[in-house]
Amino acid sequence: MSIRERLSGNEAIATAMRQINPDVFAMFPITPSTEIPQYYAQYVADGRVDTEFITVESEHSSLSACLGAEAAGVRAVTATSSAGLSFMNEVLYVAASSRLPIVLAVACRALTGPININHDYSDSMAERDSGFIQIYGENNQEVYDNYLQAHRIAEHPDVRLPLMICEDGFITSHAIENIELEDDEAVKKFVGGYHPENYLLKKENPLAVGPYGVSNYYMEARVAQAQAMKNAKKVILDVAADFEKTFGRKYGFFEEYKMEDAELAMVIMGSSAGTAKAAVDKLRAEGVKAGLIKIRVFRPFPGEELAKALKGVKALAVMDKSEGFSACGGPLFAETAGACINMPDRPLMVDIVFGLGGRDFTVEAALSVYDRLKNIAATGEAGELYTHMGQRER
Amino acid sequence: MLTAAEINEKIAWQDMTTGCEIYEPGTSRLTKTGEWRSRTPQWLQDKCKQCVLCAPFCPDASIPVKDGKREDFDYDHCKGCGICINACPFDAIVWKEEA
Repeated sequence: MSIRERLSGNEAIATAMRQINPDVFAMFPITPSTEIPQYYAQYVADGRVDTEFITVESEHSSLSACLGAEAAGVRAVTATSSAGLSFMNEVLYVAASSRLPIVLAVACRALTGPININHDYSDSMAERDSGFIQIYGENNQEVYDNYLQAHRIAEHPDVRLPLMICEDGFITSHAIENIELEDDEAVKKFVGGYHPENYLLKKENPLAVGPYGVSNYYMEARVAQAQAMKNAKKVILDVAADFEKTFGRKYGFFEEYKMEDAELAMVIMGSSAGTAKAAVDKLRAEGVKAGLIKIRVFRPFPGEELAKALKGVKALAVMDKSEGFSACGGPLFAETAGACINMPDRPLMVDIVFGLGGRDFTVEAALSVYDRLKNIAATGEAGELYTHMGQRER
Repeated sequence: MLTAAEINEKIAWQDMTTGCEIYEPGTSRLTKTGEWRSRTPQWLQDKCKQCVLCAPFCPDASIPVKDGKREDFDYDHCKGCGICINACPFDAIVWKEEA
């Protein structure tokens, strides 16, 4: 039986962690993720978990501690945001290439500068090539549900990759919403125990982790790692199917919202999708064939599936909530355009960078995007490809 | 389970161990790192008093000691750092003249 509660995204993640009771939590605080270890410290103090709670001196150290713990054969977790995630950069790559299934909660926040504590995806998008699986949630419920699925995906023998559970800083991390929690025992049963085949402290065969890989081995190691990310696609869907069977809520690579006959569409991520859905509802009431796709799994990127879902769309706006400074579009645009490259009748596409550093995204703003798409579909001209929205202009 | 000796430059990516893990200890013996050496120390047996001071100074355990006496260098692993030359009180280790 589900339990009705009202929690912030951070408390929802901390609750999921408490229910899973990982062996190690190495923490270092940074806004807006700080509440996650803060709540967890209380669970430790109250004796509700038996996790080794390690307070370290930096994010580089917190992820390093998780790496050591996972190599030793136990479950390790941490949480961070923004500059903290950037400071983990080096270790992210080591964890992924060593194939250690650490679960990292990220309350996504802008990167400096100017220095800013509010939401966008500058931090997580900067780590999109680190080898971590990345799963994004629209609201507290999705973030909690994603977290319950995280360990099983990351630890699967065909995958064995670390994983980020991403929530929108402040918007999701701090806003309190209704949520359905699952029973502690049901969660434990769903997630299961962690029994890696090989680990440092296994006395039968002591393990060496992270050896030097000269040119004669590096290429093979990277191809094997790329294959693990491909394998993750099936495992993500399998775990989602079991999650639906167990708890009743359905998840996939992305959510298709009113896409059946949609001609004007957005590809968007996170909490902004909730706002854009209100715009879609309004347009549908007026008879406009509008829809949207909300990306849940960004790594591995579901390119084939996305291209299939975009079939029949005439004009598409890709909504990038981070600036890649490529001068030709943000990271979500690059992935989406790449996914559609071999589609026979692919939609006309534009990229819209929006909402940086917590800049508000409103239903009116979403409606203006569909207005632009209407014009693109009518004229057959995409116009300017790489654009920004919501900034003051002369 | 793949042993370290079975990991070589002919195996396909599909046969690599997960994360390049190695499932046994002491595998440095299998890897001939002596080829990194640019200069080579030479043991002058007639000058050697078998004080064995050189062996603990060697950072790469490349001076084998058996029954309390040193033997010739393990050139498969000696990097040619020359620390042993400095450590020897009897000038019994010298740089080999390179051709």
